[in-house]
Amino acid sequence: MWRYLLPLVLLVGFIGVFWHGLHSDPSRVPSPLIGKHVPAFTLPALKQPSKTVSNKEFNGQISLLNVWATWCFECKAEHPTLVQFSKRHNVPLYGLDYRDNRGKALAWLKKAGNPYDKVAFDATGAVAINWGVYGAPETYLIDSHGIIRHKYIGPLTPQQIKNDLMPRIAKLRAEQ
Amino acid sequence: MKTVSLILALLLMAANAWAIDTNHLPTPALQARYETLTHQFRCLVCQDEDIYTSNADLAVQLRDKVRDMLVAGKTNQQIIDYMVDRYGNFVLYKPPVEGNTLLLWFGPFALLLIALGGVAWIVKRRSAMTTDDPTERATP
Repeated sequence: MWRYLLPLVLLVGFIGVFWHGLHSDPSRVPSPLIGKHVPAFTLPALKQPSKTVSNKEFNGQISLLNVWATWCFECKAEHPTLVQFSKRHNVPLYGLDYRDNRGKALAWLKKAGNPYDKVAFDATGAVAINWGVYGAPETYLIDSHGIIRHKYIGPLTPQQIKNDLMPRIAKLRAEQ
Repeated sequence: MKTVSLILALLLMAANAWAIDTNHLPTPALQARYETLTHQFRCLVCQDEDIYTSNADLAVQLRDKVRDMLVAGKTNQQIIDYMVDRYGNFVLYKPPVEGNTLLLWFGPFALLLIALGGVAWIVKRRSAMTTDDPTERATP
């Protein structure tokens, strides 16, 4: 009996492991920042360099931080979804534009619409490194205590917003 | 044969040329630490390369960060912690032994044990079938 059963059990086990491996995306690396306070930063605003955007923005409200740049192809693909999101939902959306050209970034927002409440301009990318950014676009969900609760790597889709992001926000609101 | 070895030798030399790294540390000791460290970190955009070898923007940035931290007198552990705090254990080619890496570290040995056990079991059964002489039995 065992003679036939054991190889079968092993085979099913292997298929299970490999199946899982095939369907998990190795480019989605879990962030160690989840459950931690947002990294401190103070950066010039994209529109008015004399003004600053800092980590203080994330205190007292549930908000999102979207990391983007005009050289980032996928960010541009994601952009219309963010514009829709900002029109439909009353959730503050901040932008972190990194290693970009200010003129190009402003021209892009003028052309494609600006979904952001404020955009921080990170010319060197130093702040992006502190946030553990490695594959823009990335979107962080931050609770009212300024703690990072979730991170999306890659472009957000309307389905993701509806089925994943909004339920998470509802849950955070219920926590308060 | 000589031509082949010549080509191979040239290829080996070329391998060094692939890493376009412009960083030079002030002392040989720092340079050695720099090279060891940058070989330990995975480039997250091009996951099968370390940040020493990769020419991706992020790798260049992280190499510069390692250089700056070394020059500023940070220890290797401080630099490793800095990377892990931001990118998680995934940034390390040799992640620490923890709950979620147990399978990674010991899985292959477990599989080897299972396979050896299977072979031993089969050999034992076969030899029991073909011979009754205990001295000829294969020991597992």
